[in-house]
Amino acid sequence: MVDHNSELVLETKGLKAYFGDNLAVRGVDFKVHSNSVTAIIGPSGCGKSTFIRCLNRLHEEVPGARAEGSVRLKDQDIYAKDMDPVMVRRQIGMVFQKANPFPGMTIFENVVAGLKLAGIRKKSFLEETAERSLTHAALWDEVKNKLHQPATSLSGGQQQRLCIARTLAIDPPVLLMDEPTSALDPISTSKIEELILQIKKHVTIVIVTHNMQQAARVSDYTAFFLLGELVEFDETSKMFTVPKDKRTEQYVTGKFG
Amino acid sequence: MNLLQYSPRTHTPIAIPQTTWRIGNLATFIRKHLLQSPGMRFGDKFFLFLARLAGFSVILLLALILVYLVYASLPAIQKFGVSFLYTSTWDPVREVFGALPVIYGTLVTSFLALFIAGPIGVGIALFLNELAPKRVAIVAGFLIEMLAAIPSVVFGLWGIFVLAPFLRESFQPWMIDTLGFIPLFEGPAYGVGKFASGLILALMIIPTISSITKEIFKTIPAHQREAAIALGGTRWEVMKISVLKASRSGIFGALFLGLGRALGETMAVTMVIGNRAQIMPSLFSPAQTMASVIANEYAEATSDIHMAALAEVGLVLFGVTFLINFAARILIHRMGRSQNA
Ligand SMILES: Nc1ncnc2c1ncn2[C@@H]1O[C@H](COP(=O)(O)OP(=O)(O)O)[C@@H](O)[C@H]1O
Ligand SMILES: [Mg+2]
Repeated sequence: MVDHNSELVLETKGLKAYFGDNLAVRGVDFKVHSNSVTAIIGPSGCGKSTFIRCLNRLHEEVPGARAEGSVRLKDQDIYAKDMDPVMVRRQIGMVFQKANPFPGMTIFENVVAGLKLAGIRKKSFLEETAERSLTHAALWDEVKNKLHQPATSLSGGQQQRLCIARTLAIDPPVLLMDEPTSALDPISTSKIEELILQIKKHVTIVIVTHNMQQAARVSDYTAFFLLGELVEFDETSKMFTVPKDKRTEQYVTGKFG
Repeated sequence: MNLLQYSPRTHTPIAIPQTTWRIGNLATFIRKHLLQSPGMRFGDKFFLFLARLAGFSVILLLALILVYLVYASLPAIQKFGVSFLYTSTWDPVREVFGALPVIYGTLVTSFLALFIAGPIGVGIALFLNELAPKRVAIVAGFLIEMLAAIPSVVFGLWGIFVLAPFLRESFQPWMIDTLGFIPLFEGPAYGVGKFASGLILALMIIPTISSITKEIFKTIPAHQREAAIALGGTRWEVMKISVLKASRSGIFGALFLGLGRALGETMAVTMVIGNRAQIMPSLFSPAQTMASVIANEYAEATSDIHMAALAEVGLVLFGVTFLINFAARILIHRMGRSQNA
C-alpha cells in the first residue's frame, strides 16, 4: 500500500492529445497526490475524457488518435518507448461512464476477469479477492448469494459498482473514473460517492464529473478544464471558495457550462 | 406453421415478414389485415395494402410450394412410408427408393464444408474487423464478397478441371498412404466425391459466414471492448472476451446460415459429387446429395414413382433447410437484441 504522505503518484507534463489533426488536449501539466481524490470538472467537450484516457493509454486505441508529452506514474514514464500499454493499464484502472460488465459472464467471472487476464488461476485467491473487491465496491452484501448469476441481471447502479470491483480486484495504485455516476439515480450515486471516500485509503483516484456538488463532496483537489486546457488546479475547498481564475469563478458559480 | 406465428414487431436482419398473421377465415383475414386501417388517407391505405399484400404473398408462396411438394410426393409417401427416410437402396430401375444415401451425402458434404469454412470464415471476420489496417480490410472484404458473386456453375467447372485432378493425383494418394487405415480416408482416390464437394461448398459458404460474422462483430459497442482493454487485456484477450464471447450466439447463427446454404447448394455439387447414391465411409468416395440427385435425375425420370421419390427428397430438403435457416435467424436476432440491452 502507498504511504499516507503527500507524494506524487501521477504527473503529466505538456500532455497533448489529438484526434487526427484535431487537438483536443492542449498541453496539460497536472499532478496527482497519493491517496487523494482529484476531480476534473469543466463543460462538456472540453477534453476531460480525452485527458484521463491518456493517463492509462486508452486514448491511442481510438483509430487516428495519438498523444504527446509525458505522463509519469511514480518513477516510470508510461509513454516510454519500451513501456507496454497493457502493463500501464494493470496499474491504472478505469471505470467508465456507462457500466460495461462483460455480458457473457457471471458476476464472479466479471470480478476476477482482470486477474485471469494477469494469469492468476488459483481458486482460493480468486475467491478471496472477489469478496474483498466486492466489499470495497459496497456490493458484496447484495450479490454474495448470486455470484454465479449473469452480471447483466444486476441493476444499472449495481453493474457500475461491479465494474468498480472488477477494477479494484487487480489492485491498481491509481483508479480513473470517467463520470461514473452520470447515468445513475441519486441513491446509486451516493453509494458510489461513499465508496470513493472509503477506498481512497487504498487507491489514488482521479474522477471526471460534470456535477460540481459531487466534486465538492468527494474530492481533495479539483482541476478545471476549458477548451482542452487546464485553467486552474487547487485544493477543492479553495477552488470552490476563492478561485484564482475568472473563468473558474464563472463556472463554479454556474455562470456558464 | 411456425413462421405464421412468428412474433410481431421484432426486427430480424434478413427479411422475414413482420406482420402477425393468423389464418382463420380467409375473407375476414383479408378484411382485417389487408384492408382495415382506420384513420388513414386513401394513399396511405393503398400503400399499406400493397405492403401487406407483398408480405402476405411471400408466405402464400411458401405455403404453395410446400403444398405442391407434398402433393407431388404423395405416391412415394404412400408406397414407402417412413422407411423412405432410413432405407438405403436408391434404384430407379427396380423402382425402389430409400433416401438415406442422399441424406447421408448431403449431411457429410455440408458438415465437412462447415468444419472447414467455420474457423476460416470467423477468422477472416476477426482479421478484417480487429487486426487488418482499414485499407486492407476494405479491399480484402470486397474480394471475399466477390467470392459470393461467382456463379455456382463456375465453381463446379473449377472443381472438375482443377480441384478434382489435383485431389486425385496428389492430395488423396498422399492421404491414403498416410491415413488410409482410417475408413474415413481409405482409397481409392477418385478425385470427385464427398471431399471435393465439401471443399467447394466450403469456398462457397466462407463469404456467407465471414460477412455475417463481421456484421455481428461491428455491433459490439466500443465500451465493451474498452472494458477488456482497460483491465489490461492484450489484443488477443480483448478479442476473446469482449468480441468472441459476446458474439457466441450470433456466430452460431452465421454458421447455421452457411450450413443452410451448403445443404441446398446444387450445381457445383452435382458437378463434383460423382453421382453414386451409396453410403461409403471414405470421404474420397463418390456420393450423391439430395440436391444433386434431383438435378441429375429429374429430367430423365420416366416413372411416376421415381418423380414422386425425387419430389419427396425435395420436400425433405426444403424442410431441413427451412428449419436450419429459421434457427439461424433466431440466433442472430437474439444476438442483436442482447447487444442493444
Ligand atoms: N472519437 C473521437 N473522434 C474525434 N473527436 C473526438 C472523439 N472523442 C472526442 N472528440 C473531440 O474531442 C474533444 C474533447 O472531447 P471529450 O474529451 O469527450 O470531452 P469531455 O469528456 O470533456 O466532454 C471534443 O471536441 C470532441 O469533439
Ligand atoms: Mg466525457
